[in-house]
Amino acid sequence: MDNPLREIYQQVILDHNKSPQNFRVIENPTNYSEGFNPLCGDHIHIYMNIVDGKVEDISFQGNGCAISKSSASIMTTIIKGKSREDAEKYFQKFHDMVTGVETTPEEEESLGKLLVFQGVREFPARVKCASLAWHTMHSAIEGKETTISTE
Amino acid sequence: MNNKTKYDAIKIREDFPVLFQEVNGKPLVYLDNAATTQKPLSVIRKISEYYEKYNSNIHRGVHFLSQKATAEYENSREIVRRFINAKSTKEIIFLRGTTEGINLVANSFGKSNLKAGDEILISHMEHHSNIVPWQLLCEVTGAVLKVIPISDNGELDFDAYKNLLSERTKIVGIVHQSNTLGTENPVKAMAKLAHDAGAIIVVDGAQSIQHFAVDVQDLDCDFYAFSGHKLYGPTGTGVLFGKESLLSTMPPFQGGGDMIASVTFEKTIYNSLPYKFEAGTPNIEGVIALGAAIEYIEGIGLDNIYSYEKELYSYTAEKMSEYPEIKLIGSAPKKGGVFSFVIDNIHPHDIGTIFDLEGVAIRTGHLCTQPVMKRFNIPAVSRVSLGIYNTKEDIDRAAAVVKKVLEVFA
Repeated sequence: MDNPLREIYQQVILDHNKSPQNFRVIENPTNYSEGFNPLCGDHIHIYMNIVDGKVEDISFQGNGCAISKSSASIMTTIIKGKSREDAEKYFQKFHDMVTGVETTPEEEESLGKLLVFQGVREFPARVKCASLAWHTMHSAIEGKETTISTE
Repeated sequence: MNNKTKYDAIKIREDFPVLFQEVNGKPLVYLDNAATTQKPLSVIRKISEYYEKYNSNIHRGVHFLSQKATAEYENSREIVRRFINAKSTKEIIFLRGTTEGINLVANSFGKSNLKAGDEILISHMEHHSNIVPWQLLCEVTGAVLKVIPISDNGELDFDAYKNLLSERTKIVGIVHQSNTLGTENPVKAMAKLAHDAGAIIVVDGAQSIQHFAVDVQDLDCDFYAFSGHKLYGPTGTGVLFGKESLLSTMPPFQGGGDMIASVTFEKTIYNSLPYKFEAGTPNIEGVIALGAAIEYIEGIGLDNIYSYEKELYSYTAEKMSEYPEIKLIGSAPKKGGVFSFVIDNIHPHDIGTIFDLEGVAIRTGHLCTQPVMKRFNIPAVSRVSLGIYNTKEDIDRAAAVVKKVLEVFA
């Protein structure tokens, strides 16, 4: 694979795209939200069970490109077991990373495997693909009833 | 160029400066012509000429510049009239684009002619711009929107069309060539049936006017809308052709300067056709340059363009068929240079990014035809759409990217 291609389509992303984690429905979730990217038709559902301020379970369903699907998949693996506050912190850090907000080396390190999405910021048209799941999770946590749209 | 001269796409390319650049380190290949076309030097120069030599407002000044600008603007109207064989320049209205043309018909003709229970008939392959204006009209008037189904290969179900037509049908809205499926619709035959039923027919020509010769008198359509920017002309320009007999009975779409004969606070008398429908200062340089674009296209000849693009489309279909993974969406027997496809388990947006990295511009998404996506049960497509300057080499480049896509997502 060529370099620019590899920057965006890292193996981890391709793997999660092929075999997404937590790709299922949670029946009667405590928190739920739906996200749309009207530009490309991406459509995602985020289901969460938040008990005593802790994300006991999180899953997703929907249609999307490799970037949005793998981003959702990796997000669920990171957020599961975290506190509500930590989940929101990760949302902010991820958002900063893909939109190109300057981060310290410590902050970068704390992103862990989310760093595979760093290359996305070189592709402005794809930033929304990577952040759709995160915005939708953020909305699910806040318990907003409105549908999230990237436009 | 006459029919005996060989079509020379390489020579045509040279008229389009934008094509000579590298994107992501690769020579640009532009295959997104259904979204917008690139502009030849003659069009770009015409815009400069207007601003360098006679920038002025039209239809009002007595000074030299205004007269020159008015003459150029009205010359474009005559060029358009000739291009689509309208009877009179009174039937040529300059607007922002196809969308505004359809909205004009819906608002002006629609609101004054439709009532509750009347029907508007459109097809399943319409662009959103030929769906939403009619829905808005239905909301206001209580009219009902009906949809002509399409077959699995993307062809209009003509029998269903016949059956859906009735004395309730007041407007038939149809795309001449689908931007997603490439299907060319039998507008002439549809117009006859619409008229027999007592309806008018509105044709969305955004994707046809640049690919084959359109004769509005031969088609006998009541309205025909198209955009300048898909016709190698500037953005923000468009044309609505309307039969004079209809336009003359219709109320203005927008009020303002230029569309009036006299204004008092008690009563305003509207200007004559076509000015009644051109309120405010229009896109003057755009319309003038649109005239240059049409002259450029006429210089090549639409019949030549039609056969060349047909040949290039066959080559595209043949090259793409080398990949069994590719599923073509839209295979009507009569179709233009649009190759929309899906690949199982690879999202069009990922395909689009890889094309872009290889310097090949294509369109991905729902292409403003969400009902078509739903009809074929797909979220989106990738679309290769051809223009006059594309070559077999461009198609080879696109086909090579498909190989890369398949490798990445193997």
